[in-house]
Amino acid sequence: MTKKREKFSHAAVYIILILMAAVFLAPIFIVLFNSFKSKLFITSEPFAFPNKETFAGLENYIGGLSKTGFFSAFGWSLFITVGSVAAIVFFTSMTAWYITRVKNKFTSFLYYAFVFSMIVPFQMVMFTMVKTANALKLDNPLGIILIYLGFGAGLSVFMFSGFVKGVPIEIEEAAMIDGCGPIRTFFLVVFPIMKPTAITVAILNAMWIWNDYLLPYLVIGTDYKTIPIAIQYLRGGYGSIDMGAMMAMLVLAIIPIVIFYLFCQKYIIKGVVAGAVKG
Amino acid sequence: MRNNLKKYYPVFVLPTSVAFFIAFVFPFLAGIVLSFTKFTTVTNAKWVGLDNYIKAFSNADFLNALWFTVKFTVVSVITINVIAFALALLLTRSIKGTNHFRTVFFMPNLIGGIVLGYIWLLIINGVLQFFGVTVTYDASYGFWGLVSLTNWQLIGYMMIIYIAGIQNIPTDLIDAAKVDGAGFWGILRHVIIPMVMPSVTICLFLTITNSFKLFDANLALTDGAPGRETTMLALDIYKTFYARTGWQGVGQAKAVIFFILLAVIALVQLAFTRKKEVEA
Repeated sequence: MTKKREKFSHAAVYIILILMAAVFLAPIFIVLFNSFKSKLFITSEPFAFPNKETFAGLENYIGGLSKTGFFSAFGWSLFITVGSVAAIVFFTSMTAWYITRVKNKFTSFLYYAFVFSMIVPFQMVMFTMVKTANALKLDNPLGIILIYLGFGAGLSVFMFSGFVKGVPIEIEEAAMIDGCGPIRTFFLVVFPIMKPTAITVAILNAMWIWNDYLLPYLVIGTDYKTIPIAIQYLRGGYGSIDMGAMMAMLVLAIIPIVIFYLFCQKYIIKGVVAGAVKG
Repeated sequence: MRNNLKKYYPVFVLPTSVAFFIAFVFPFLAGIVLSFTKFTTVTNAKWVGLDNYIKAFSNADFLNALWFTVKFTVVSVITINVIAFALALLLTRSIKGTNHFRTVFFMPNLIGGIVLGYIWLLIINGVLQFFGVTVTYDASYGFWGLVSLTNWQLIGYMMIIYIAGIQNIPTDLIDAAKVDGAGFWGILRHVIIPMVMPSVTICLFLTITNSFKLFDANLALTDGAPGRETTMLALDIYKTFYARTGWQGVGQAKAVIFFILLAVIALVQLAFTRKKEVEA
């Protein structure tokens, strides 16, 4: 290829990438500037910037916050996500180590049951799981953490097991000979080696649980709304939506995700690749 | 050591197993049993044999949802993977600023289905208002709305996986092809695509299962309207359970069919694309 042709093709690549980036960012900016317009103009001229006539200040935000209780929803989303992810990483890493190291019929059955659960869609167990959760009084933000541990166990055990299989057993045996019991061996020797997988498992589960709508909606209902439930709540009985409040709440829902993404981007992208390759 | 560890079953395995049993094993088995019964509250279940399955397959809503879901999955899987692969090719050339583009393209993936649905409700209705209609005016608007939304959500994710695959190709393989006089398309067809087949397997699996199971965005964008024309399988099952008294058994039968379809499609796809994977 000649220099000139190379330069030309570089320019073409940049133009395509910049156009695509604009397409990818546009929806978020459109939502952002519409959140400052009064609701009438959101539906009549959605692609126009706010001007003197259409600017509504913080009216949509104030209205949306009072309608949805967004800040408490944020709190519950945070509580449920952090609690579930912590429980999943803690318990499934222990389980994965045990079932990889102790080989018998029961542990291999358990392993295949976990793998099998990954392909089962939520709708298959939706109704019976909700009934079970209600019967066991798990229909509250603390109880749902147990449900997430159970439903998220499949992928997490699978990923941790895949990692443990590659860890030389000699390291653990050395620790045991030095007088460590299994619990100390796990937390002082094995878990520190597992850290990269633990980050991957944490990210994959956090992305799913933070955004989950149906499971918390059916298990807890609207007593403790999470963010997706609070947003869906803005859809009225007959499908009517206050688009002003909606735009403002969408902006508030997106902001924490973008901040989290910009800070943990490296881990998120690594985690997604690692998760995909193993899954 | 093994014998020593073995005794620690209650510490290492019990908590996860109990949660797994409550949230998955019991509901799964009970779900299969209940699909053969008529019930409203589980405790009043009465055996009806295959009745629910016959009702499910003769239910126009279910068949419509199945057809809509299949169409949607085929179109989304093709568009997402083609665009994601093209972007991955562009971003693996030695040009500056690829990380910034990667950041932008991946971001929508972190936004959840409900929020995505309402973002795109604004965009789609915004475009359609030039023609004086809304997204629920015609099923094809809902269809293309859902396709755009899913593309926006998943392209970045698949792109990341394709980039990892392309970066794993040994450079001497491509150099050798160049020395042999292969052009861009030749290298693409005979070197790059065969070498990234493991990524293709994963991306097809993820896009097929995600598209087939789509629920949140469907609920938020169209809620199945107009009529029930844009209801996908997951939403149809949900509505059969919770919006139709006495049909819970049929809902459960639909859920079993949904699970079997998804499992068969995913396993066939995995077996099919795994065969095409080659060693360097």
